[in-house]
Amino acid sequence: MAAKSIISRPVYGTLSPQPGKHHLFIADAEGALAIGDMAERAPAGFFEGAEIVFILGSDGKHVAALEALKPAQFHLSPSFASLLPRLRQTLANAHMGLRLYLAGTEGLIGQAMQVALEAGIDHTSIQTEHRGSLARRMQCVHCKGITENVTTQPATCGHCGLLLLVRDHYSRRIAAFQGVCINAEDRSEIPPMEEIFR
Amino acid sequence: MSTGTTKLDVVVSDVVPVNDLVTRFHFRRRDGELLPTFSGGAHVVVEMRDGERTRLNPYSLMGSPLDTREYTISVRRDDVGRGGSLFMHRSVKPGMEMVVSYPVNLFSLDLRAKKHLMLAGGIGITPFMAQTAQLAAEGGNFELHYTCRTASLGTYADVLRERYNRRIRLYHDDREERIELDRLLSTQPLGTHLYVCGPAGMIDWVRDRAAALGWPPETVHFEHFAAPQPGLPFDVTLAVSGKTIRVDEQQSLLEAIEAAGVDPPYLCRGGVCGQCETNVISSDGKFIHNDHWLSEEEHRSGCKIMPCVSRFEGRSLVLER
Repeated sequence: MAAKSIISRPVYGTLSPQPGKHHLFIADAEGALAIGDMAERAPAGFFEGAEIVFILGSDGKHVAALEALKPAQFHLSPSFASLLPRLRQTLANAHMGLRLYLAGTEGLIGQAMQVALEAGIDHTSIQTEHRGSLARRMQCVHCKGITENVTTQPATCGHCGLLLLVRDHYSRRIAAFQGVCINAEDRSEIPPMEEIFR
Repeated sequence: MSTGTTKLDVVVSDVVPVNDLVTRFHFRRRDGELLPTFSGGAHVVVEMRDGERTRLNPYSLMGSPLDTREYTISVRRDDVGRGGSLFMHRSVKPGMEMVVSYPVNLFSLDLRAKKHLMLAGGIGITPFMAQTAQLAAEGGNFELHYTCRTASLGTYADVLRERYNRRIRLYHDDREERIELDRLLSTQPLGTHLYVCGPAGMIDWVRDRAAALGWPPETVHFEHFAAPQPGLPFDVTLAVSGKTIRVDEQQSLLEAIEAAGVDPPYLCRGGVCGQCETNVISSDGKFIHNDHWLSEEEHRSGCKIMPCVSRFEGRSLVLER
């Protein structure tokens, strides 16, 4: 569970079944367990109107458990990038009454939410549950490059190489935490790097 | 005192009968300047000086927000109401000097929406007159479904059809035309926001169906235009100001408090905005809650009342006011 800090830092909830006929789930890693837990509280027949898109980890876990929920549609995807065209298409053709559920790592929730916002879904209308890694998607405020899976504080920008303080300041628009140069005054000053976003 | 609002000195520039029940009133500033800007869905509170009585009734602004030379409102005559609409219809004439509040919007468009779906019933059409004008000027995507009793009572239906053609869909009760609500709500593109203004029964019906069909609450906007209901007279003690007042049959509790020289905050005077929420110190009797602000739990608790629309029947009521 992510700790609470400044107001821009996203806060996640617990998935709960919403009214409606169409339910789209996007999950990675242990996010599958959040869907499983929610299924126990869902009304009968809930998954007959559901589509689950799951990003398959290298361990191949959780697939059988999700299939057992018998969703109307079930898709496996190797990465977020590979499911993106399909997600955009689904949202472009969707009608009001479709509810979105995002579960798993922060990176997944943030990026799927970014696509949903563009499709006109308000962020408060989306069910989210964080499970698994706290690794961050970070934007370098200097070169604007995005570095995925940042686990350390400070972190090195994968694009321009600056040493960045990873802030709790989050952008829903670009789905990333902001990284700001930590030693702009004196580059020779190198603070110790700790792994804190595990 | 109305929170954050200032009064505008206006003159009635025109009075136009629209149909058997509805009359339109135009106001301009007495000093000839432009009126403050407003957005579609805003209302003003009109002060009606009727002999000894002052009524303060809210009305939606129905003109285009792009034209602030005048404000226009449409008033439906209510022969069994508390007399505000009758006063407007009978006593307000062109050239008369009146006072209105600054505009306040409690029913604004969410301009992030990909599409705006509007449902109007009867005189609930008025806020949509301004909202459609605003959206049309920006090239916004909207669709209006308007239910009226008969074609001759379809206030502004002809104007809307002429302006927006197929974006307006009319339903006449006397021809038994009904909105196919479930089909309508199930076929809207993602990113649509829903707006409903009309009788309470219509608002409840639309909100219930939208919720059941999976519309998130933040995409459903509604405006009740509930006027305060008349009722039995009752006495109230205002503990802070040390006054005991009587609320007459045709008067709202808020109006009675104001008549006693106490100035509580207000905005909508229709039980929705929450500004005039008042704590109850003690009571012996029955509350008649008519607001849409307090929760059911708060209504049951007897600890709070919205004096703009709610009343009381019983032996004693002491308010923290």
